[in-house]
Amino acid sequence: MTLDSLTLARQQLLVPAGLGEDDLQRTLSCLLGHAIDGGDLYFQLRRAESWSLEDGEVKQASHAIQQGVGVRAVSGEKTGFAYSDEIVPPALLEAATAARAIARHGGDRPPQAWRTGGRPALYQPLDPLETLSAEGKIKLLEQVDAEARRQDPRVTQVMVSLAATHDTVLVAGSDGTLAGDVRPLVRLSVTVIVEQQGRREQGGSGGGGRVGYGWFLEEERALWHAREAVRLALVNLEAVAAPAGTLTVVLGPGWPGILLHEAIGHGLEGDFNRKGTSAFSGRIGERVASPLCTVVDDGTLADRRGSLNIDDEGTPTQCTTLIERGVLKGYLQDKLNARLMKTAPTGNGRRESYAHLPLPRMTNTYLLAGESDPAEIVASVERGLYAVNFGGGQVDITSGKFVFSASEAYLIENGRVTRPVRGATLIGNGPDVLSQVSMVGNDLKLDAGVGTCGKDGQSVPVGVGQPTLKIDALTVGGTQA
Amino acid sequence: MSEAIARTAAPLPARDQLETLVADILGEARRQGATAAEAAVSFSSALSVTVRLGEVDTLEHHRQRGLGVTVYIGQSRGSASTADWRPEAIRDTVKSAVAIARHTAADPHAGLADPARMARETPELDLYHPWPLSAEDAIVLARECEAAALAHDPRIRNSEGASVATHSGLVIYGNSNGFYGGYPTTRHSLSCSVIARDDSGMQRDHWYTLARDRAELEEPAAVGREAARRALRQLGGRQLTTRQVPVLFAPELARGLIGHFTAAVRGGALYRKASFLLGRLGSAVFPPFVNLRERPHLPKGLASAPFDNEGVATVDRDLVSGGVLQGYVLDSYSARRLGMDTTGNAGGIHNLIVEPGPCDQAALLRQLGTGLWVTHLLGHSVNLVTGDYSRGASGFWVENGALAYPVEQITIAGNLNEMFKQIVAVGNDVDARSGIRCGSLLVERMTVAGE
Repeated sequence: MTLDSLTLARQQLLVPAGLGEDDLQRTLSCLLGHAIDGGDLYFQLRRAESWSLEDGEVKQASHAIQQGVGVRAVSGEKTGFAYSDEIVPPALLEAATAARAIARHGGDRPPQAWRTGGRPALYQPLDPLETLSAEGKIKLLEQVDAEARRQDPRVTQVMVSLAATHDTVLVAGSDGTLAGDVRPLVRLSVTVIVEQQGRREQGGSGGGGRVGYGWFLEEERALWHAREAVRLALVNLEAVAAPAGTLTVVLGPGWPGILLHEAIGHGLEGDFNRKGTSAFSGRIGERVASPLCTVVDDGTLADRRGSLNIDDEGTPTQCTTLIERGVLKGYLQDKLNARLMKTAPTGNGRRESYAHLPLPRMTNTYLLAGESDPAEIVASVERGLYAVNFGGGQVDITSGKFVFSASEAYLIENGRVTRPVRGATLIGNGPDVLSQVSMVGNDLKLDAGVGTCGKDGQSVPVGVGQPTLKIDALTVGGTQA
Repeated sequence: MSEAIARTAAPLPARDQLETLVADILGEARRQGATAAEAAVSFSSALSVTVRLGEVDTLEHHRQRGLGVTVYIGQSRGSASTADWRPEAIRDTVKSAVAIARHTAADPHAGLADPARMARETPELDLYHPWPLSAEDAIVLARECEAAALAHDPRIRNSEGASVATHSGLVIYGNSNGFYGGYPTTRHSLSCSVIARDDSGMQRDHWYTLARDRAELEEPAAVGREAARRALRQLGGRQLTTRQVPVLFAPELARGLIGHFTAAVRGGALYRKASFLLGRLGSAVFPPFVNLRERPHLPKGLASAPFDNEGVATVDRDLVSGGVLQGYVLDSYSARRLGMDTTGNAGGIHNLIVEPGPCDQAALLRQLGTGLWVTHLLGHSVNLVTGDYSRGASGFWVENGALAYPVEQITIAGNLNEMFKQIVAVGNDVDARSGIRCGSLLVERMTVAGE
């Protein structure tokens, strides 16, 4: 239960500082001493570690602790913000005094009484750093290294990293919000370099989630990433120049869902739409995709990297439908933008840390399964590109133009997947691209759990997913004109 | 206005307070069994204000402390960090680092930098120019900046706002060989991002000014007008058909190309054999007219530093001379891995100057003749192992040296090895807002993918 998380968060964040909930009420009252609409306090303690292997040995590791409290005051469209890396009463009051400066003196509303809620937790409130001994972490890294080297003699370098964060947060808002969350997160990444007759290529694979390290030991997950990284690097050794121009593109299931994150998700974040700066602004109810497409943002998937019990404003996460059978349905909201747009928050108010302001952000964004057999989708293409793995992506939310970079792709010739091609950027226009979707596979898959999204200089973990998709026309940025 | 709106960013703590902390950390490391250690303690403070459509959007006070330590037990090492400066936190942080070092494998290349290479003195680089800016005054400046953008043209109808930020910081680094050093720095900026709209749709662009000294910032109204001008000129962009053409990179993008070069000659990429420039020391990477000089001691330089993150004295040097690669970008670890000496680049390169050519932007457009002038890039598909380069782009189609029309939703692709060799001109339109100072770069031929 998240109620347990709140208890844990109190113990971790308030008790050591000698803070009680009356201190939080006092700080919120201080904020409300000015003519502001509301405010909140965000307490955080984050412990993180990273172990890395190179040359077959674990020679580097680091441990980091980050803690503090962010104080925010909101008045109309104005936000005042200050934070302290000391969780002590004087620092809280000082931050509150700085934050409330956006509005004049003269408020006298008391903060609302606490409302705490609970629902079954989406992940265990565990400390992942403690789920494996130091020796166990080193052994895991060494096993991944050995597995990668065992795959092929052309493997010349293997780099593996294993990282975990244990994030405990407590949110107290003048609207009565009092919520806590304990968020474990682990991640494994494998990068290999292969060499053949002087040609060098790299391949990478990784995964993780809101679990302990033991998850990597189950079902050979860690070893799978070692094999996958080598497979990708070897495919790249055979890759020929990618085509340049507009052609039919078949996207594989899972991580290629970065398409939805860039092309759709960012443009539907509430801040851009409240300000009217998104290519999707004012288009709710319009057809923006083929009727085969339904896209959701779902923060409630168990153990997923992009999932949260509550967002960073204390709002429980939910599954929000963004596009339903091709029609634009909804935006992703935090409290500020929801209030200004006279709608409800959707549990998408997220922040990188106590030292950053919350913004509307995605959680796990994916397109629901359709009915086509993936093999039939590929067979239906005379000449095109089959792209199954991607690096990052980026979008200009105002013009709607977005890119995502294929790192494993093949030519489709006469309905058959043939030669691998070199990495290339794919570019399209967000509000149009899903109109070009003519087939949707029945093989919905979510990514392995490595996604990080950047916005306004803030990074947060996210997930993506999709089934196999056929896009009739997309521009492929290769060199082979 | 209320009491706090007159507040400025928090002042820096006294330097000797941070030095004492570094000494405490190194002492604690020794007590806990470290045979060598290095530590850095930092404090930074910032005030930033964003105004949107004339009203305050955000007012942020930042104040951040940091403390990081790396301990060595023989040749094994461990690192830990925290924001907590209390003695018990120092003890715990060192303990975490020591615990790690007791588990990591001995690495013959690990260790502090060569004591003989430590900076003996700290040259005055004029990097600290505090700006006692109150939030109230920052709001006035941001308003002036945005107002100039909105007044520039009726098609500028919306805005993401104008921001003013002032940042100051102090970092003290010390190691168990007896080196202690540190210096305060400041950085101030003013930026504006606006949206132009007409029947063809919306285009957003921004402009910013950034300097160590506020006296060197561009005027707020000039920044606003430039943001507006940039957003407007992109309206009505079209796709191009797929073709091979010469490409002119605007200075703020050209420095990114040079950034790919520096990433590929960095020690970490070289000893891992993960660079397309592996083994190219002493050979031509660029055409003979290209010279890249590292100048770490430029007064007020954005990447100036008297010593690097290991205390190694920084020195002037030519990284590329007559197009030929003269050296790598190394810290002491990667240098030992490569059997070389550190180049004083722990933490990065310190002001890389791309020697400007004779041509201004107009002359470069004439030299481009018919081709693509790229003003924006999207995405990061750059493979440093192979040099493969493919990115989303927008800008202008140029015919006979004159702008024909804006273009968007295209990609440009090539291989960095070939692109570097195919540079045919370096502009004198240098963008100094970064640690890489570079003018426009004209590349002879790339593949444009579009319709």
